[in-house]
Amino acid sequence: MNSHLATYAEKLPQTKAAVSKVINFSCVDGPGSRLVIFLQGCNYNCLNCHNPQTIDLCDNCGGCISSCPVQALSWADNSTSSSVKWDTDLCIHCDTCLSICPKQSTPKTYHYSVADMLLLIRKNSLFINGITISGGEATLQLNFIKSLFEAVKTAPDLQHLSCMVDSNGSLSESGWQKLLPFIDGAMIDLKAWQQATHLWITGRDHHRVFRSLALLAAEHKLYEVRLLHIPGKTDFESEIDALADYLKKLPPAVRIKLNAFQNHGVTTEAKTWKACTEQDIKQLAGQLSQRGVGPLILPAVYI
Amino acid sequence: MSLQQKIKQIITDPTLSAKQKSSYLALEADASLPYLPVSQVVHEAMDSGIICDMFEGNAPFKPRYVLPDYAKFLQQGSEYLELQAVENLDEALNALTIIYHHVPSVTNIPVYLGQLDEVLMPYTAGLDPETIYQKIKLFWIMLDRTLPDAFMHVNIGPTDNIICRTILRVDAELKQVAPNLTFMYDPQITPEELFQRAAANICECSKPHIANYPMHAQSYDQQGFGIVSCYNSLPLAGGANTLVRLNLKEAALRAESREDFFSHTLPHYCTLMYELIEARSQFLHEQSHFFDSFLVKEGLIEESRFAPMFGIFGMAEAVNILLNKTDFTDIPLSNSKSQYGHCETANILGHQISEALDHIVKSTAVTYGYHGRALLHSQGGISLDEDVTPGVRIPYGTEPDPIAHIQALAKHHQYYTSGISEILTIDETVKSNPQAMYQLCKGALNLGFREFSANVASNDLIRVTGYMIKLSDIERFKAQGSRTNTTGLGAEAAVNTSILNRKPRVASHEQSPRYVR
Ligand code: SF4
Ligand code: SF4
Repeated sequence: MNSHLATYAEKLPQTKAAVSKVINFSCVDGPGSRLVIFLQGCNYNCLNCHNPQTIDLCDNCGGCISSCPVQALSWADNSTSSSVKWDTDLCIHCDTCLSICPKQSTPKTYHYSVADMLLLIRKNSLFINGITISGGEATLQLNFIKSLFEAVKTAPDLQHLSCMVDSNGSLSESGWQKLLPFIDGAMIDLKAWQQATHLWITGRDHHRVFRSLALLAAEHKLYEVRLLHIPGKTDFESEIDALADYLKKLPPAVRIKLNAFQNHGVTTEAKTWKACTEQDIKQLAGQLSQRGVGPLILPAVYI
Repeated sequence: MSLQQKIKQIITDPTLSAKQKSSYLALEADASLPYLPVSQVVHEAMDSGIICDMFEGNAPFKPRYVLPDYAKFLQQGSEYLELQAVENLDEALNALTIIYHHVPSVTNIPVYLGQLDEVLMPYTAGLDPETIYQKIKLFWIMLDRTLPDAFMHVNIGPTDNIICRTILRVDAELKQVAPNLTFMYDPQITPEELFQRAAANICECSKPHIANYPMHAQSYDQQGFGIVSCYNSLPLAGGANTLVRLNLKEAALRAESREDFFSHTLPHYCTLMYELIEARSQFLHEQSHFFDSFLVKEGLIEESRFAPMFGIFGMAEAVNILLNKTDFTDIPLSNSKSQYGHCETANILGHQISEALDHIVKSTAVTYGYHGRALLHSQGGISLDEDVTPGVRIPYGTEPDPIAHIQALAKHHQYYTSGISEILTIDETVKSNPQAMYQLCKGALNLGFREFSANVASNDLIRVTGYMIKLSDIERFKAQGSRTNTTGLGAEAAVNTSILNRKPRVASHEQSPRYVR
């Protein structure tokens, strides 16, 4: 018995992360091929959110259990005070439970310990260049991220994998300090330039976002800044000079990525907003490159 | 329909060129002969679609696939073709252009164009890269326009050389349907940077396929092998005399249980397969006089290097049927999680079937084979197939993510000496991230994939098993006919087998063997 391994396993935290989805192979979440872990829960309330059921955590009220047409939902341990259990094998992904939930949450959440997640990573390790933790807002489960990435970076068979975080930038500086030793980079969303616009779209102010960007840039851990363009709603075009000035001052290695808003899955007034076309993106990209920002990463697809 | 009516229909078809009409007419003539003598049970098995001769013709007069030793041809010239030994790249390309028109195959167009870097490198001395690029580019355009069949296959790699790099450059630039291209990868020989280049090409135009060179090489002797048509790996200076295939789905339907399948049904139909293989290859080798050809006389092919391909298809359906027949009756078939490609139990049963086939093929002697044996092949389907999945693939539209897909099927690859292919559909986001394609491909080969083929979803060029067609051509074909033979086949395949429903649009099909209006 390898006692070394045994103690290592014991040291892994027992707490489990609430995970809404894992994708084995993604081409758009950092360098190369990536395993992406989407954590459940977000501290923003974006009008344009495509997955509103990932914002709030399920509070186990049980309201959705009887709505499931295939009995994939039940009380764990048969007692009405326990938690709601979701059987992935039975689920047919009809999403009835989502439409019924009073919190606009979902019972379809996986619970992974660090050890569970390491198993999954090992299973895919031949095929991936790294792991990206996304959300929801990934950093709300900071301890899980830290423990997982620490475990990856200290495991001889996994440490070549790059560890990235995809975040809305709302984490505090002390939070980032905990992660910095174990991450290779972060992708940060800048959802609007002006405070008021940011507040209107996300429900939160953006002081923390700029501080996160500055800190990560200084530590050479800012991999990508993402601008989600919603024509006529976000203020990137009206604030183009200030925005371009700011982006130009970031280290040249930072990728500036433009994303195009699409309205499917959206449940708020944003449902009626016009989707961002390739032409819209090209126009914004043109204005930025004219002002010396670049190279820019444009969407591979508009769907 | 009478023979005359059928001939008239072909002759007056508004969408076929004169040349395409000629080959369909030849097929009809062949089909009007009585079938080779085979037993009643073989006839019945053929009539009910359990075994199939791929419509190669009632009296085979040419092998299915021929892989001449082109390097030897260039070195010695040809008495029959009245050509001297070649001395420079122009002469080499000219001589190849000539001989391609004299290499027969089931499609009448050569399926193997050679290991072109190895073949051409001796004639590149003193030429600068730009000159080589110009010459290869013209050659490439010539191939697509004069031999318009995406079954014809060029091989390059595993070494790093200027011809290999130039072909990758030209292929990505021109994005032609033909020729098809396989890049041999050997971790001991191929520089990673060159392999990355090849992976980036896949993102550009869904070509090349990546062959696991050490794995293929191990299956053949020193004289080597080539990848031809759609991922058929065959002996160089030899080929396949015939391809007969077994529909595992139909076989499974006739089994009473899983045990019955392994102990009776499968061996029974394999025996019938061998009877048909013997009848077809004996006729070709003993009566057709094909092996009197100059290709044999001048030593470019050897009769002893031809083997029958023992093809199988419909693995997915066979597994699902057998699971349902035994202890898994309580699992609803509508739930894909219990099915082939998604569930460990189903996948293992699939691997067991492949292992059983491997055992049969390796232990059954044939009169005309490679070291006296046929070669097992996971057959990529033809355009007339309906409700049955090619080879050992996971059914269209139900494929899991690319990594799970590879993991589900990797264990099959060791058994299929003469070729197996999965089409991995990768969404178009990979285009801006070729590193991801490279890593996926590397992982697949590491896990034992013999051949890696990916289709990038948004490409107009799509892969139909072994070859490429243009989506826009499918539309156009309906109205006007196509210059490219395989587009006709693809269009027919698309209509019959709902291949364009595949997630996203990938077609699967080895060959469209007969005229269908
Ligand atoms: S998902 Fe919603 S409805 Fe279901 S138990 Fe959780 S909070 Fe209640
Ligand atoms: S999505 Fe799944 S768990 Fe929810 S109601 Fe439908 S079947 Fe039940």
